[in-house]
Amino acid sequence: MSQPDTSSGAVPTPARPRRHARSRIPLALLLPAVIGLAFLVLPLAGLIIRTPWATLSQRLSEPGILTALGLSLQTATLATLLCMLFGVPLAWLLARTDFPGRRLVRALVTVPLVLPPVVGGVALLLVFGRRGLIGSWLYAAFGITLPFTTAGVVLAEAFVAMPFLVIAVEGALRGADARYEEAAATLGATRWATFTRVTLPLVAPGIAAGAVLCWARALGEFGATITFAGNFPGRTQTMPLAVYLALETDMQAAIVLSLILLAVSVTILAALRDKWIASP
Amino acid sequence: MTTRSVSILDGHLRVGLAGFSLDIELAIAKGQVVALLGPNGAGKTTALRALAGLRPLSAGHIRLAGQTLDEPARNLFVPVEKRPVGVVFQDYLLFPHLSTLDNVAFGPRRRGTPKTQARQQAAAWLQRMGLADFAGRKPRQLSGGQAQRVALARALAVNPQLLLLDEPLAALDAKTRIDTRAELHRHLHDHDGATLIVTHDPLDAMMLADHLVVIEDGRIVQQGDAATITAQPRTDYIARLVGLNLFQGISTGTTVALPGGFALTTAQALTGHVFAAFPPAAVSLHTSRPDGSPRNTWQATITGIHRHGDNLRIQLDGPITAAADITPAAAAHLNLSPGQQIWAAVKATETRAYPA
Amino acid sequence: MIRFLTATGLAASMLLAGCGSETSSTTTSSSGTGVTGTVTVFAAASLTESFNTIGKDFEAANPGSKVTFNYAGSSALATQINQGAPADIFASAAPANMKTVTDAGNADGPPSIFVKNQLVIAVSKGNPKGIKGLADLTKPGLKVALCAAQVPCGAAAKKALDAAKVSLTPVTLEQDVKQALSKVKLGEVDAALVYRTDAKAAAADVEGIEFPESAQAINDYPIVLLKSAPNKTAAQAFLAYVQSDQGIAVLMAAGFQKP
Repeated sequence: MSQPDTSSGAVPTPARPRRHARSRIPLALLLPAVIGLAFLVLPLAGLIIRTPWATLSQRLSEPGILTALGLSLQTATLATLLCMLFGVPLAWLLARTDFPGRRLVRALVTVPLVLPPVVGGVALLLVFGRRGLIGSWLYAAFGITLPFTTAGVVLAEAFVAMPFLVIAVEGALRGADARYEEAAATLGATRWATFTRVTLPLVAPGIAAGAVLCWARALGEFGATITFAGNFPGRTQTMPLAVYLALETDMQAAIVLSLILLAVSVTILAALRDKWIASP
Repeated sequence: MTTRSVSILDGHLRVGLAGFSLDIELAIAKGQVVALLGPNGAGKTTALRALAGLRPLSAGHIRLAGQTLDEPARNLFVPVEKRPVGVVFQDYLLFPHLSTLDNVAFGPRRRGTPKTQARQQAAAWLQRMGLADFAGRKPRQLSGGQAQRVALARALAVNPQLLLLDEPLAALDAKTRIDTRAELHRHLHDHDGATLIVTHDPLDAMMLADHLVVIEDGRIVQQGDAATITAQPRTDYIARLVGLNLFQGISTGTTVALPGGFALTTAQALTGHVFAAFPPAAVSLHTSRPDGSPRNTWQATITGIHRHGDNLRIQLDGPITAAADITPAAAAHLNLSPGQQIWAAVKATETRAYPA
Repeated sequence: MIRFLTATGLAASMLLAGCGSETSSTTTSSSGTGVTGTVTVFAAASLTESFNTIGKDFEAANPGSKVTFNYAGSSALATQINQGAPADIFASAAPANMKTVTDAGNADGPPSIFVKNQLVIAVSKGNPKGIKGLADLTKPGLKVALCAAQVPCGAAAKKALDAAKVSLTPVTLEQDVKQALSKVKLGEVDAALVYRTDAKAAAADVEGIEFPESAQAINDYPIVLLKSAPNKTAAQAFLAYVQSDQGIAVLMAAGFQKP
């Protein structure tokens, strides 16, 4: 780049702006993307437009809202932790080992995705209910019942949200380079040490992304929760249940509740930094 | 110079894979650096992985410092993590989520050293490598040469009885390779365990190792020190590697009869099966049959002309196939072009013969 | 591209128009002969079994006609109707939900109360916990399901409990009466306050225990023809049929009471 010739007082004319061919997004991609975004965002816009802004502050102070919100956040987080505890090893099994029937197992993992949530709730009752396969034993041996309890909510939410975590983590594990694990072994790391010190840190962003999906799904879960855990304020009435019940009598109240849930979850999700949840 | 008397690695590696089998015997003495040299697919990586424990032997044994690491016949197999072996991988495989210091400290930590101590040891190693200032960097912030040194430090930090290097300089550019090779040579000779370098580059092998083992198709075809192998290659591969034209035949006196009928006059009088070789630089090209001192002459057809350093390498076909190195001036004078008929000559004194 | 879209759009709208309008050549008759076309009925969940039977009887009496039902909680149905869902008739489990429809101007004429429903205590067959009245529901260790107060069944339950001066903490407040009933059927709760009709319909699995205070909380069921009914003629015929002797008989058999 030549220096401007200041001695003659002349300033060089600015170079013609370079056309950055790469920064132009092809229309064939942009158009469907915008339509897709609109499709997702317009219903939210509808909610916001119909919000009773005039009475909003008074509605926000109604009792029960904070309880339902707090319960929702609590159970979704617990459900996510539960999913991670069991889902990460399951994902590892699916990604790193080869056993007969692996494809079947992977298909089974996706069952909660296809099952209507209410059916999932009924299935959970049949297993963990008072007369359920496992539930009856739990009650007889330990006096533990799961339906109509907060623990039941966590269980129902974990059931529907686990596939998201398992699939995301399995994908991340498959993408990760297994040779690092060999290197760790040559340095003397046992299989467990390799898993905790090398594999997990390498796929941590993938796990985080899966956990975020899992948490979001758990937060919004309705059908399985109300069927398995029932509906009782403070114990099992999560925000989605509160919304649905509010719809019975007061559509405006339902909208307000939905908006609160949306605002809280969008804030939390937006606060997650890209680099924490970007795929490796 | 092979000090086979005090070997700490004694291996008979036999591995059977689909369509390929490896069968080689290796012995490395304490402090010795051995290079396993061969073309791609020869089985070098298989041998390295077997020694590391990343792949079990099909038969044979591996004994290191008195301990049997692998012996299928007696159902003995020591898993990777328990072997006193250190590996420097071709792509280094430095853990991306750990700093340079923690990478080097990884081995000692896994073997029980407490964190602070391990880090101190790691810092000492990095100091030795001249990378003390890079302790806090992440691997992706290192240059190729720096990463190679960290990988070496990481492998040496566990004080291995056997150090394995897989194509240690392959990932580096030409300039870095020259500098790194010299440094690596120094570190390897400071290491008091046994070292095995796997490489396809003869220059790396010759510069870094005391003893070369050449393998092709899973078998050892030649072994010895660099000088012997260079001067007396026993296979086409090695010959090409060291840049010689190699032939085999039956010698009577100084005449070697090659299959196909042609006879070479050599500088040594031998009897029986021999190798005969001459470097491309010893070949002169003439427009008509030359005479003078005893020389091998033949009429050849030019099949290829390529740049080779500052000279031109001419591929010749005829009663024998050979390569000739000609200066550009000479080539211009002769007006060489592919398909041309030309006379080639090599002095008998420059044609070496040695027993096969 | 534009032409393709226009063509598709036209085709689609013609298809929809064809679906929507029934060019029904009908002859109005109060006894129902000769009525054809589809009648769409939005009815409260508690009317499921009885309306299904009435529907079949109506179709038998009026060959060429078809009655389709949409059963759900009365409030959900009211919302759907007010948001423009195509329906001929609305039968609600409580006057409150009907009011939201009439207030929105979607009713064609005033609604009429066609049946009443009363609550019973649904328990597992054999009444293993020996429940005899509302007071028994507060026995320690007993799990009871109620409908949420926003649902007609729940509002009635609250009234009845207040009348009996019983303070009950249920384990769950279900959002429709069928869900509360299914909890009893599955054995997850020991008792639930449901409609007599629901208990009767599930007679194979549950027993309905009567209690005096139910008389304090009787639910009136209103029914109305909707203003934007696609098939007014057939709808009116169905409306009449429901309130005729045949219709009422079916409803009584199910456990409803005369209005």
